[in-house]
Formats: sequence, C-alpha cells, structure tokens
Amino acid sequence: MELTQVDEILDRHECQQSNLLAIMQDIQAEENWLPRDALRRVSERVGVSVAHLYRLATFFEAFHLEPRGKHIWTVCMGTACHVRGAKLLAEKLERDMDVDERGNTADMEHTVEEVNCVGACALGPLIIVDGKYHGNMTSTKVDKVYKGYDLKPMTGGEE
Amino acid sequence: MTINTPAELEAKRGEIVSARDPNREAIAICAGTGCIAYGSNELFEAFEAGAKEAGVELDVRMTGCHGFCERGPLVVVYPEKIFYQRVQPKDVPEIIEKTVKGGEVIERLCYVDPVTDERYTHEEEVPFYKHQERLILGNNGLIDPTSIEDYIGIGGYKGMAKAFAMGRDAVLKEVMDARLRGRGGGGFEAGWKWKFCREAEGDTKYILCNADEGDPGAFMDRSILEGNPHSVIEGMVIGAWAIGGTDGYIYVRNEYPLAVQRLGIALDQAREWGLLGKDILGSGLDFDIQINRGGGAFVCGESTALMLSIEGKVGEPRAKHIHTAESGLWEKPTNLNNVETWANVPAILDRGAEWFCSMGTEGSTGTKIFSLVGKVNNTGLVEVPMGITLREIVEKIGGGVPSGTFKAVQTGGPSGGCLPASELDLPVDFDALTAKGSMMGSGGMIVMDEETCMVDFAKYFTNFLRFESCGKCTTCRDGLHQMHGILQRICDGKGTEADLDLIEELGETIHEGSLCALGGTAANPVLSTLKYFRDEYLAHIVDHRCPARVCQELITFTIDNDKCTGCTLCAKRCPTGAITGEKKGPHYIDQDKCIKCRVCYDACPTKWAAVDIA
Repeated sequence: MELTQVDEILDRHECQQSNLLAIMQDIQAEENWLPRDALRRVSERVGVSVAHLYRLATFFEAFHLEPRGKHIWTVCMGTACHVRGAKLLAEKLERDMDVDERGNTADMEHTVEEVNCVGACALGPLIIVDGKYHGNMTSTKVDKVYKGYDLKPMTGGEE
Repeated sequence: MTINTPAELEAKRGEIVSARDPNREAIAICAGTGCIAYGSNELFEAFEAGAKEAGVELDVRMTGCHGFCERGPLVVVYPEKIFYQRVQPKDVPEIIEKTVKGGEVIERLCYVDPVTDERYTHEEEVPFYKHQERLILGNNGLIDPTSIEDYIGIGGYKGMAKAFAMGRDAVLKEVMDARLRGRGGGGFEAGWKWKFCREAEGDTKYILCNADEGDPGAFMDRSILEGNPHSVIEGMVIGAWAIGGTDGYIYVRNEYPLAVQRLGIALDQAREWGLLGKDILGSGLDFDIQINRGGGAFVCGESTALMLSIEGKVGEPRAKHIHTAESGLWEKPTNLNNVETWANVPAILDRGAEWFCSMGTEGSTGTKIFSLVGKVNNTGLVEVPMGITLREIVEKIGGGVPSGTFKAVQTGGPSGGCLPASELDLPVDFDALTAKGSMMGSGGMIVMDEETCMVDFAKYFTNFLRFESCGKCTTCRDGLHQMHGILQRICDGKGTEADLDLIEELGETIHEGSLCALGGTAANPVLSTLKYFRDEYLAHIVDHRCPARVCQELITFTIDNDKCTGCTLCAKRCPTGAITGEKKGPHYIDQDKCIKCRVCYDACPTKWAAVDIA
C-alpha cells in the first residue's frame, strides 16, 4: 500500500485519535489487512505508539495483521446459525479449500473466516462470499456456490 | 432546503402528504438484509422494467424490513395492500398484468399457513403479523429508509417539534412517566438515566446510541437502523433537548454495512433539512450526531467499553462507582441508550406516556422486538406488547417448531438462559425472565428442538464468551476457559458426575469475581441448561450418548440398507472416501475413515433418508 494512500485516509479523519478505528478500517478496506508500514505512518501522524495500534488491532476482531486472500469466505457463527449447523459448514470450507491455520489457501486466492453474528439470523446458516449473502446453506448448496469461484469440494470416493 | 420552525415542518408535512395519492398503484419491496439476500434488488429492477414494458405508471419503492424474513422477498401491492411472499423476478410480469392492472390476486404468491392451509391476501391478516403490536417496526414497511420525505409523511419529527414546545422539564417527565426501560438488555429506566445526566455538572454532555448489537441471534437494532434510521435520530435529538446534550455519537457494528450506509444518508438529510445542527427548529438547541464504527468486539456493547472505544482506545470495561452520567466519554457527562430505546422516544412524545403505559405490564411498559429464530417455522422479527407469553410468541406468531417437538427457547443471548417447555407460559417482561434464570437481553429468541444438544449449546456460548472476554478479570478470562474445557470433556463423552458440581462452583465464581455484565452473566447459559436439562448432561457422562445426535465424538453415521437405493450421491460427496458400494447396490460407511462431517446425511435425498445418525 502506498503511503500517500494512507495519508489520504489520515487526512480524511483529521489524524484524530478518536477516529483510529475508522482509520484502521479504511486501510483494511483497501488492503484486506493492516500492513506494518501503514501502521507506522498512522502512529507518526496521529501521535500514538505503534504498540497502541497493535493493541487495538489484536483486541478488535475485525482487524488482521497478516495478508488475507482475494476472496473472503465468512461463515456466520451466530446462535441461530449454530443450531442449524454452522460449525460443520465452516469445517467443510476449511477442508475443501485446504486452508492453513490463518484460514488462507496456499495460493492466497481464498480466506475462510468466522464471524460472531451478522444479524441475518432468519437466513441461517449463512455464508458471505465477498459481501454477498448466501442463506439457508447446506453442504450440498455450498458446492453450488463453489462453482462461481472455480472451487471443488474435497472428495475421496469413486467418481 | 432548511426548515426553521415547527410551523414550517408542519407545512412541509402537509405538502408531502397532499402530493401523495393514496389510490395510486405502488409496489413496496422489502429491502431488509434478509430480503436483499433473497433477491430484492433484482426484483426492484424487474418491476421497473416490467412497468415500463407494460406501459403502466407504477411507483416502485424499496422499504425497510417487514420482519417476516422467512418468506422473503416480500412485496406489497398498493392500494389494495395485497401481500405476496417469496416473489421472484419471473413473477413480475404476471403481478403487473393481473394484480396491478386487473386487481386480481395471484393465489400462488399468497402466504398459506403450513398448519391450517389457510390462504391470506393481506399482511395484517397473516398469523405472523396478526398477533403483533408493531409500534416501532410497523413503520419500516411504509417508508423508503433513504427518504426523509417519507418519514415526515408518516408523522416523523412531530415528537421532536412537540418536545421543543413542551420544554425540557416536561419532556423529561413524560419519558419518566412512560417508564421506558432500556431495550439493550439492562432494563434500566431511561428517564432516570436522563435525569442523572441532566443533573450532572458540565457544559459538554454526550448523547450516545448503542448500536453495537453484538448479541448473536439478535438483529432488531439492525432492522431499525436499516429500515427507519430517522426514528433513532429523532429520539436522540429529543434526548439531547431534555438532557442538555451537545454532541451525539452512534456506535454501530462494522458488520452492518447497510445500516452504516443508511444511517449516513439519514444524518446528511437531517442536517440538510435543519433537523440537526445549529438552533434546530428555532429551539436554540445545537446538536449534531456522528457515526463511529465498531471493530467487532462484543464487550464494546458494555457502556464504559463502548465509550473507550469511541475515544480510540481498547474497550475494557471499568468499575462504575462513578456513573457514566457524571463521567463517561472523555470524562464528560454521558447518556447512552440503545437503538430500540431511542426509537421508542418519538412515539412517546407524540402520543404521550399514558398511551405508552397502556401497552405491556406494570413493570415493563410498551412493546419489545424479538428476533425469533432457530428451529421455528416463521423466523423473523416480531414486536409484541410486554407481558405476552413465550408460548404465544413461539406458537401463534412463530407457527411452532418444524419438527413438531419444542425443546427450549433461549433469550438474552450469551447472558441469558434456556427455558424448557414447562416455562412456556411465562410472560415476557424484564423481571419475570430474570426470576427464572434467563433475561430479556436485547431480544434474541432462539428456539430449539430435539436436534439441539443443550450441552453443545452451553459450550457454544461459553466458547463465544471466552474469546470475547477482554481479559481484565481473572475469573472471567481463565474461568470461562476452564468452563469450556469441562464442557468439551462432557461433549466428548469423557466427563464425570463431579464435573457437574465443578461447573456450578465455577459458574458462581465467575459471576462473583467479574467486573462487568459479560463475566457477571457468563455462566447463565451453562447454569440454566444444567438446571433444566440435567438429564442430557448425564446422558453424555453416564451413557456416553448425545440424545440430540450432535456431539461428534458420541455419534456414528450408518446407512440403512433397506432404504439405500445405491444412487452413489453420498459416496461421491464423501470427502474421505469412507463410503463404498456398487451403483444401485447397498452402500457402507467405513467408521475408521468417517470424520462425521454430515455431508452424506445432507446428500441423501429426503425421500429415501437412508443415512442414520445414532
């Protein structure tokens, strides 16, 4: 990320400490994660320590300190989704895409992550792919969503 | 366009209302998050194109959430108010031809009660809506949330104008007389909160709206912000007037992008119209509101944590021996109410405390919105008068449980508890629910059937809370971690009966030793399930069996060869190659290879249902 871009974001938020979350959210919206150089710049211009920014970034779940894939697959783990089988869906995505412990695929095309609740409980279980909601999911329906992303479910059986 | 006086507001309202022809053909499409996911936007385009093609003048509009998310996308055809559900773009030409032009009802698109088979033509007749009292949510369906004209057209900002005319003291008295209790979970009377903040010393006073709806399973605040954002803004201006507030903040979850967007539009409009800013309606009140987006931390719904987060700090709650009414945001007097509470305020001012108290019970006045979700036929948002029983909500409005067997209902989210069938006649009010070990909370209501394991459910909330604990108090940080370990052990079939005593002891310790409500109530989901469903815990411990067939270590998947037709669907989908069998012949699962992912169960066509879980 170019530092001029970071500066633009900082200017928009007037380098205010009370806008730190918004500044970090805007940086992440551009990059999908928070690069160290960008955080250094924020630290210098807002006048808070880098440690403070890291503290915020690790406290608030929305922030990521490592790169993430191009496509983000979010599994809602809200209560309504949980009772309708969200955990098995998350496990399926992780298994099918063979993601690492950070949820990324080896080619960094995809990232699988969980979110506490997106408040679309009537649609549960629910996955969100790059901002698009797919409701009332089952393992069979997930396979249909895969088709739009050139992904295939893991199979070990006979074709 | 700036409105400077209450008289100008009324004149503008008159203009808006008289310009509207109540007999004009119009299509209202629900644009809540649920319906949008089902294709509202595509439907909007189809109606616009279809009307053009058919040469009819049709007012197509996107409205706020109607609440009946289960049946989305929802469409209401005006002026007859014909209610269609699960409408797809391909239905649009027929709706324009038959219903808009001919006034004919298309039966196929009407709601049919799955139990009685009765067909309904109008929204208000449908059982899901009929038993509700939609004081707050009702307006969602009438307005385009991005239009301030629509809001003013249905009486918006009337309560605010009235508040200015009444004077600050009378406004405070009205809210106190209404006995409006906080809808975010605490249940503290808003009027008293306002009074404390107003009496606190200081020239700067902050008026905050808590829209950090982190409670999993609850989405009423989201629906209000997305469907009727001006009602919250109006409530906050009235609050600022009564309290002497100078600046407003709405702290909203970043997971709600549509709410943030619509709120932003509404704030811009309110400023443009002079309903926020300097000397609002000539009252002398200077007040503006800005949006702060949260960062995905559940604990920031706690008042002191929320305020620290707005300051750009880590949201760790502090002890409240000094109330935030005296020293809150930036150590200034601060008043915080939740979205639904603020949305009630304009109605109270407009129609009076007496009217408000005519709904609900003595101790809990007005209505409450619940998100009725989980294993229930009619999922969605329901608004009911306080005091209605859980049974009425689950059975009459929710239409019962699809599988037929109701097991429990969970209210109050991670701070609440599970109530069994024997408690279904409990009235829904703040005090009655608390007395039974649950709580009102922000209004999540999750229905469970016999396929929900109560131990797994308790583990779910404990797991949620152990990650959301800010870590400040040892009992909460480590206690929840240990609690989760015990529950995991039980779910794996390795628990002992002594674990149950340990759970109770640990639950008590976490409750006693934690500073804020997150830790203070964290044991509720565990203790309430243990109280009402002890048998299920014992089944895991003694019999090594999960009666709901959920806990992976305690279940096995098998194929019933009498039912299996050898379609090979399960074998093809099995990720580990555990299923073998010839085409059109019986199939078998190799238990050593099976990872219990349930893919075969989902893959087996329902008409055969050959995969068993035992």
